[in-house]
Amino acid sequence: MHDQTVAQLSRGLREKRFSSVELTRHLLDRIGQLDSQLNSFITVTGEQALAAADHADRILAAGGAGPLTGIPIAHKDIFCTDGVRTSCGSRMLDNFVPPYDATVVRQLADAGTVCLGKTNMDEFAMGSSNENSYYGPVKNPWHTGLVPGGSSGGSAAAVAAGLVPAATGTDTGGSIRQPAAFCGITGLKPTYGRVSRLGIVAYASSLDQGGPMARSAEDCALLLNAMAGHDPADSTSTRREVPDYCAELERPLEGLRIGLPKEYFGEGLDAATGECIQAALRELESQGATLVEVELPNSHLTIPTYYIIAPAEASTNLSRFDGVRYGHRCDSPENLHDLYTRTREEGFGDEVKRRILVGTYALSAGYYDAYYRKAQQARRLIRDDFLACFESVDVIAGPTAPGPAFGIGEKISDPVAMYLEDVYTLAVNLAGLPGMSVPAGLVDGKPVGLQLIGRHFDEGRLLNVAHRFQQATDWHTRTPDIAGGAA
Amino acid sequence: MHFETVIGLEVHLQLATQSKIFSGSATAFGAEPNTQASAVDLAMPGMLPVLNEQAVRFAVMFGLGIGAEIGRRSVFDRKNYFYPDLPKGYQISQFSDPVVGRGTFEIQLEDGSTREIGITRAHLEEDAGKSLHEDFHGCSGIDLNRAGTPLLEIVTDPDIRSAEEAVAYLKALHSLVTYLGISDGNMAEGSMRCDINISLRPVGSDTLGTRAEIKNVNSFRFVEKAIQHEIERQSDILEDGGKVVQETRLYDADRNETRPMRSKEVANDYRYFPEPDLLPVELDDAFIEELRELLPELPREKRARFVSDYGLGDYDAGVLAASRPLADYFEAVASEAGDAKIAANWVQVELLGRLNRDEKDITDCPVPAPHLAQLIQRILDNSISGKIAKQVFESMWNGEGDADSVIAAKGLKQVSDSGELEAMVASVIDGNPEQVEQYRAADEGKRKKLVGFFVGQVMKVSKGQANPQMVNQLLADKLG
Amino acid sequence: MSDKPSTAPSVDREEIEKIAELARIRIAADQTAEVASRITRILAMVDTLQAADTAGIEPMANPLDATQALRPDVVTEGNRREDFQAIAPAVENGLYLVPKVIE
Repeated sequence: MHDQTVAQLSRGLREKRFSSVELTRHLLDRIGQLDSQLNSFITVTGEQALAAADHADRILAAGGAGPLTGIPIAHKDIFCTDGVRTSCGSRMLDNFVPPYDATVVRQLADAGTVCLGKTNMDEFAMGSSNENSYYGPVKNPWHTGLVPGGSSGGSAAAVAAGLVPAATGTDTGGSIRQPAAFCGITGLKPTYGRVSRLGIVAYASSLDQGGPMARSAEDCALLLNAMAGHDPADSTSTRREVPDYCAELERPLEGLRIGLPKEYFGEGLDAATGECIQAALRELESQGATLVEVELPNSHLTIPTYYIIAPAEASTNLSRFDGVRYGHRCDSPENLHDLYTRTREEGFGDEVKRRILVGTYALSAGYYDAYYRKAQQARRLIRDDFLACFESVDVIAGPTAPGPAFGIGEKISDPVAMYLEDVYTLAVNLAGLPGMSVPAGLVDGKPVGLQLIGRHFDEGRLLNVAHRFQQATDWHTRTPDIAGGAA
Repeated sequence: MHFETVIGLEVHLQLATQSKIFSGSATAFGAEPNTQASAVDLAMPGMLPVLNEQAVRFAVMFGLGIGAEIGRRSVFDRKNYFYPDLPKGYQISQFSDPVVGRGTFEIQLEDGSTREIGITRAHLEEDAGKSLHEDFHGCSGIDLNRAGTPLLEIVTDPDIRSAEEAVAYLKALHSLVTYLGISDGNMAEGSMRCDINISLRPVGSDTLGTRAEIKNVNSFRFVEKAIQHEIERQSDILEDGGKVVQETRLYDADRNETRPMRSKEVANDYRYFPEPDLLPVELDDAFIEELRELLPELPREKRARFVSDYGLGDYDAGVLAASRPLADYFEAVASEAGDAKIAANWVQVELLGRLNRDEKDITDCPVPAPHLAQLIQRILDNSISGKIAKQVFESMWNGEGDADSVIAAKGLKQVSDSGELEAMVASVIDGNPEQVEQYRAADEGKRKKLVGFFVGQVMKVSKGQANPQMVNQLLADKLG
Repeated sequence: MSDKPSTAPSVDREEIEKIAELARIRIAADQTAEVASRITRILAMVDTLQAADTAGIEPMANPLDATQALRPDVVTEGNRREDFQAIAPAVENGLYLVPKVIE
């Protein structure tokens, strides 16, 4: 069961080939057997999961089931879950049990999913390798010496290893797409505002967006159908109507114009990875799509712009962690100042502290115009580049990351080198566009992801292109050895 | 050396919304600690602000009320600093694009002169919680009920030159915002709090001196005293050749002095930047015009109308128009009683005097307007004299019923029955033959004085209820 | 980022301490130099932005240029003090406790 897609499991449940309780028990067993090698879960909620599965089975029996009823999922530990510890990968929230659900958690629960637990992540979603977790690094299921990518590395690894068919992630600069690429799964970052941010512990408010991570584009569409929609409690959530993302999956690609930004195929791209991407593009071309070279002339501004805006927003979003109302509090503070500075010294890890300091610097008096304001201007230039491209093409395609997964410990000592890992994904967040990563090949047994970028609110088109690609290829069905054969 | 005082005021006005500016928590005053603090107010992880429409409407109404520019596009910013009563570690405020721009405000001083005070801006922001300093084993307690209460911060230009002007401005502002119904204006509960920026400069100089900021003064009287004290303190320093330090000070009402705030010693770098959890607020003409239609008659307009419609003096009109409930009360009495001038006199002298003595507000007045109107009608129809009326008013104040029932219960109705009065007059004349003799012997001039004795006697016999005009007439007839 | 701009900011110990104080993060004395050097490297990287010509470009805070929707003034939240304070480090009589606040 564990190698099936959500769509397949959904059919299996309806056809009574197995129950949700059986499926849930099977996956909980696998987590128990395998996750010690991967460290993809921070918290496993077995009892609650079985109770939810039992409830789902009754709905299935009564015939009132939807496509996600009884489907096990996992949530990145950044989504607040009522009564279940939500650590955000940080010592700061190691003891934090929120008395409320994130909107996405509620939506997916309402759709009948069964939550198996909370997945590991880079602390406060800051990282590209999942090495910045208080709970230890996550290992890549394809090779446990490799990173799974980050920051949604736990979700990516758990799906790739067949511990859960789908999981939620969040993507602020590539945190769904890059781990999806490194672990050989399919991940979608929706348009900014498409999915509610309420109850997602904020990293960078103007960039954060939750989305699905699964084995196929079709599964992502099924999950997005449940996750998307206006949330009156999130001012930045859009009122636009939610289409049925499954409706257009089969649409033929004839006439589709795909833009290839020349900046995404130049220096810095690993050659073998580039070949996988070219092969994937030829497949799309063979289905009738036209490949067009496009330019994103302000691409070189992406990394500095992102690494000003994201830390600046993070530096103030994380001010609430002060040891007063929840979370970590240092022992016997001498005075208020000691309470703040020691709680935050102890509660935050190195990368989080670095980003808070960089962000504080960028916003501080005398530097605001040169950094934050300038970055907001550059952000407009970067977005407008994309809007200009979308006047002549329907989607943009390229690599998700410059290369496949790298080794654990390889880049951790050099934050700037690590930041370069996100070179192809950051701009999508700055521009607020939807982006996907789709498995497109293997380099030395390591998965490579094809990135697809769409117009604002054109998730349906991305899912359609990805689905047509997956109809013709089997990269998304490949599983690492750890996942074993069919059960 | 002679100094000129330069004052600018920042008023933090709590807006009278039901719910908070960015959450659905109640804003009621006086609830048990932290029972009106929601996940948003507590800055729980993942919580997001959503802007309360009524707070925006109230801010715009204020702007329209002072004829200010309305920010068609206003932006919320984060003001970053750590303090335990500020759960997010930043206050959501407005920095570069406030909802209300430049306007002016006219104040009237006691000598009748008027001054224009420039309003720099008014912006929306959220209130902080409260730190309670009672000792909890060396700790302070934090109550976040107030956190997120909508505030309109109203900033003046440095146009104010004295404590008197500052108080006049605050009173006029209080009057305006309560007229508009955008705040309850309850200063004792902190609905209107004032930061005072004050500096001195040599008379004739046009550069500003170094200022001190006095934080959170919450009564008219304390504002006056704090300014007076601060003028003295700064002029002492300057006269001794010293320099005023730019700092934040607290007014200590118990000691009537200001002292530096220790917590604000370190210069703050607030790192303002646009709040990414909120989007720019765009207001269209329809939104603004709808509010303009809803604006009530404002204090200045009402004062002018009282002068033109009721023939009141400008000062009297100003007193009655100063508070909307008082003005409404007066107008209700005037229209029912049918005589605005007498109504104005009664409201201003008897009613306000009695309210002041009992430290009561017009809204807690035990005498409803129709009862006072009825009392005035009884004066006008000669049922009672003005003197008796004061006695009736006192009984009404003490809750003994309306004018007619008090008059009836106490038998205070004026005697205007000519037969009854004739008998009283006759008995007084019969009982005082000596005085009658004197009267008759006197010339016209002296008679006028002497008749007073007989009037007094008749009033005594009637227990004050005899109609004085009729008594005079009868005496003139009988004494010959 | 290959080209190093000549104006790249260098953050010294003192400046790191100032920023850390603003951010209320204690940095142990023996780590300040290390933190300062890493922050300096990051700032050198982001400082490449200075070369960009952004004259006359309106800063963009939201990628969709959306505007704020307003919420009706209705009380929707009840008293959940017990739930919220169950996860608080120190409370008494319904109040959150902090070391003495000095005004």
